[in-house]
Amino acid sequence: MSQLLQAVRIALDMIISGDPVVFSIAFRTLMISISATALASFIFIPLACLIHFNRFRGKRLLLSIVQTFYSVPTVLVGMLVFLLISRAGPLGSLGMLFSPGAIVLGEVLLIAPIITGLTISALSGLGSDIPDTALSLGAGKLQMVLKVLSESRYMILTAILMGFGRAVSEIGVAIIVGGNISGHTRTLTTAIALGVGKGETAASIALGIILLALAMIVSVTVNLLQHSEK
Amino acid sequence: MLLELKGISQSKNGTRILSDVDLSISRSAFFVLMGPTGCGKTTLLRVAGLLDKPCSGQVIYSGRPVPHRGKERLDARRRMVTVFQRPVLFRGSVNSNIEWGLRIRGIPEDEIGRKVSKVLEMVDLEGYGDHDSATLSGGELQRVALARALAIEPSVLILDEPTTSLDPNLRLTLLRRLKDLHSRTGITFLMATHDFTDALSLGTAGAVMRNGRIEQTGMIDEIFYSPSTPFMASFVGMKNVYPAEFKEDGAVVEDLLIRHTSNRKGHGFLAIPPESIVVSRETTITSERNHFTGTITSVERAGPVFSISVDCGNLIIVSSVTRSALSQLDLTEGREVYISFKASAVHVF
Repeated sequence: MSQLLQAVRIALDMIISGDPVVFSIAFRTLMISISATALASFIFIPLACLIHFNRFRGKRLLLSIVQTFYSVPTVLVGMLVFLLISRAGPLGSLGMLFSPGAIVLGEVLLIAPIITGLTISALSGLGSDIPDTALSLGAGKLQMVLKVLSESRYMILTAILMGFGRAVSEIGVAIIVGGNISGHTRTLTTAIALGVGKGETAASIALGIILLALAMIVSVTVNLLQHSEK
Repeated sequence: MLLELKGISQSKNGTRILSDVDLSISRSAFFVLMGPTGCGKTTLLRVAGLLDKPCSGQVIYSGRPVPHRGKERLDARRRMVTVFQRPVLFRGSVNSNIEWGLRIRGIPEDEIGRKVSKVLEMVDLEGYGDHDSATLSGGELQRVALARALAIEPSVLILDEPTTSLDPNLRLTLLRRLKDLHSRTGITFLMATHDFTDALSLGTAGAVMRNGRIEQTGMIDEIFYSPSTPFMASFVGMKNVYPAEFKEDGAVVEDLLIRHTSNRKGHGFLAIPPESIVVSRETTITSERNHFTGTITSVERAGPVFSISVDCGNLIIVSSVTRSALSQLDLTEGREVYISFKASAVHVF
């Protein structure tokens, strides 16, 4: 127990003193997760709008599939991306394997269902009153969609944050397509996994505390947003 | 005609809601669309307001058929605005709500400010511009929704049962406000209601719907005083509506001969307004041409008056009498009475 407490003390020292290795891993993780979240939001929020505002055969089935993929195992996505970008894969020529870009790609695919599904839920939650009001006041289709997005902005921000939370804490994609290369593709989760294996308990705890802090920031922000929605 | 609907039919999830509806609404009219709940009024308003496309039929605005898509449809839609039964306001201030319809039309900022002040004054909400829309009461919300609609200076203002969710005081205030706005602005109003007292106090013309069809359309007085079908008669509150066979000397209803002033022949309907029927305990010599004897079967309070049902053989005729007449004549169940009414009081259709 005293060993564990000592490790926690060392970890806190590393954080307070700004240990360069710990912070470079944290910074890289943030950059990768933010990039993946931004890219996924940029692609999948408009896609969610397209799905929500159009009627087509199989829409309900599509929504069920999207919801099923909320909890897709990260290693499965990692494996899929690995097969895509490995030298023999269809995107092998891009040479992306074991790069931060590969992790970003994997995380985009990982959080796509969450951002798409929760955005559709946010838009559905408004019902038909807001779109009808906007249209009756003379909005064109795009103006109406933008108004509906603006009216559901807190719920959509929640969807983005949930996506970020999943991206920052995943390990399957980062380890399979990132390769956990020091100074290049090592992220908080892969570094913790390696550190624990090597017996570097203090550094792992320091990284774990940062990861936990990030998760808490996301959770508190989501709660605040949902509160302001009410 | 400013707005015409021709042969409009509409279905939803395989259920037919509107069937071959024709309507013509003239410029500056206060057109009231009446009918019981669920008869298709809201669906028709959505088609008229160009929010929904009908399965078949055509909307004609200002003499031009409105296409199902494209700029011409958007231009026509921007000349109309709908205030829904339970209006919703956007997040933000009252001002931002009213400004939105103007901003999406690219109106200059200084003009927006001027228009917002003007419409807030029209609905008696001066000084409310900075209020958060989420903090407004039901009546205030309704007025902001009205101001937001008026700000865009529409040619047609569509109102879907605006008085439904209001208490009696707010309802009266809104009715007065709508009447005033209609006379001040010259906007064409199209209002749905299931309450014919709203229609009587506001409408210049109107239509009554039943099961997705137009039952009768015309000037408001025509609808209320010359209903064309038994449904219409009962909808406008007429009682004593009977199928009749019209002959040379009068109308035969069951075994009674009822005299009337119409020259109608053959089969049809007649209605006798209860307030036109005189009830007495003795036969009296009057100018009324219809006299019958019968037995009172029920006496019921109907607001400020009493409704008395008299069994005249095979026919129950309902009359309304005042409280003083009721006590003076001692009109109670089982008592034999005489009833009489003028031939001119009988409405034939």
